[in-house]
Amino acid sequence: MITAKGITKSFDGCLRMNGVDCEFGTGMTNLIIGKSGSGKTVMLKSLVGLYEVDSGEIMYDGRCLQKMNKYERKELHKEIGMLFQGSALFDSLTVEENVRFPLDMFTNDTYKQRSERAHFCLQRVNLDASCYKLYPTQISGGMQKRVAIARAIALNPKYLFCDEPNSGLDPVTSAVIDDLIAEITKENGITTIINTHDMNSVMTLGEHIVFIDNGVKCWEGTRDEILTAQNERLELFLAPAKRARFGN
Amino acid sequence: MTVIVDLFVRREIGKVVYRMLITNWIEQLGKYFHFLGMAFSKPDKWRISGRRLLTELDTLGVGSLGIVSIISLFVGAVMTIQSALNLDNPFIPKYMCAYVAREAILLEFSATIVCLILAGKVGSNIASEIGTMRITEQIDALDIMGVNSVSYLAAPKIMAMVIGVPILVMYSIGIAMIGGWLSGIMTGLLSTEDFVQGIHFSFKPFYIIYSLIKATFFGFFISSIAAYCGYYAKGSSLEVGRASTRAVVASSITILTFNVLITQIL
Ligand SMILES: Nc1ncnc2c1ncn2[C@@H]1O[C@H](COP(=O)(O)OP(=O)(O)O)[C@@H](O)[C@H]1O
Ligand SMILES: [Mg+2]
Repeated sequence: MITAKGITKSFDGCLRMNGVDCEFGTGMTNLIIGKSGSGKTVMLKSLVGLYEVDSGEIMYDGRCLQKMNKYERKELHKEIGMLFQGSALFDSLTVEENVRFPLDMFTNDTYKQRSERAHFCLQRVNLDASCYKLYPTQISGGMQKRVAIARAIALNPKYLFCDEPNSGLDPVTSAVIDDLIAEITKENGITTIINTHDMNSVMTLGEHIVFIDNGVKCWEGTRDEILTAQNERLELFLAPAKRARFGN
Repeated sequence: MTVIVDLFVRREIGKVVYRMLITNWIEQLGKYFHFLGMAFSKPDKWRISGRRLLTELDTLGVGSLGIVSIISLFVGAVMTIQSALNLDNPFIPKYMCAYVAREAILLEFSATIVCLILAGKVGSNIASEIGTMRITEQIDALDIMGVNSVSYLAAPKIMAMVIGVPILVMYSIGIAMIGGWLSGIMTGLLSTEDFVQGIHFSFKPFYIIYSLIKATFFGFFISSIAAYCGYYAKGSSLEVGRASTRAVVASSITILTFNVLITQIL
């Protein structure tokens, strides 16, 4: 479980996150939703410690991120898998090497064991063996996302963070990626936090949803409650999706 | 009265500008040393850093052989021809031309000028590679895995340049000598005997060591400044270009400044 208490973050004097409190449960898919520029990425990067928050605390199963020293933080980071908006695969490594990278860095397994684990992860995300030796620029965006998921789960993380996992993908591929994240979360009991502005993802993954607008948490609930929620700002955000679904 | 106010205001403005420039400079310097500290902290896996060192020696060192060869060959040739034409005096023995060219190549050209060229070629390469990794979140990906990204990315490049540049400089000296000899015999200005005699004339082996010391320092500056500029790039792809320009300018200025200092000291 990850708990955030009153986290605030500003850039160059501009407040981008203002006193956000929330709790993300273990073994479920937690969503952070909001329109573009509302501060979802800032929130995610603050939660993992890529940005230092100005105030507030973040607890990982009772361990406070702000009180950790460099080494404790490093240990925590080994328990975290993260999927970036642009996949962030290493250009100079092949698909297989990308997935093996965290294993090469942090395990003392033999080459054979590491390769096997990398292949297992790549198969888990349904990637064809023919592209293991290709470089990230030679495969499609959807495949890159899958490689990034495989890399994120290589070390069996306890926490998984996904920044807009299906941005730039077609609806079919998006659904595949969403399902994959949900399955992996359930299988391994991971605490998963996903950023999205896509309503299809909200309806498939939204076991727990936090809606933020302009750096402030405005609403919190589940996918069953979201469509009937009485919240002005949330309704504004949902209006286009509702129109598309139910007409008018 | 107005003059006094005016002066006062200007002095204040001057102070503010001065303070901003100086504090910014000191801040950058502090950040640079902090970066170096991180780069030379213990790597996560020695084996992986070692393998990266070999790759970097290949791309940065071996990859620069071409440009160093061409430039050294031509500059060696031009220096010999120039000194031959300018020392056209019956009282000055012919071999002096080769001697003058040798001194210039050994003392300044092969270390300083070759390093300035490497600052352009290798420096921009390092800064844009690391800068691209920064803006495409690859560095964030390393950090979030718990990898020491500075040590993983920068240390092998810095080591490769510290080892590689002195070798390149030695190589450049050799090629420039060949260029000088070829130009001498091809233009008929110098015979092979004159040239060989000039090369041996009053030769101080320390000059080679002097060149190598300079080269080691310059290799360190080029790679560490470029890696620093790339690592702290932020924003869009435009910023990658700016970071590599900054890297080239900053390392060239550092090389030129240090050249004066080292020449004074040694
Ligand atoms: N590193 C940064 N420096 C300055 N401003 C930033 C930085 N990161 C994000 N911001 C600002 O914070 C706001 C929220 O951005 P972001 O979290 O990326 O939005 P999104 O919800 O689309 O992911 C934006 O207005 C952006 O300009
Ligand atoms: Mg974002």
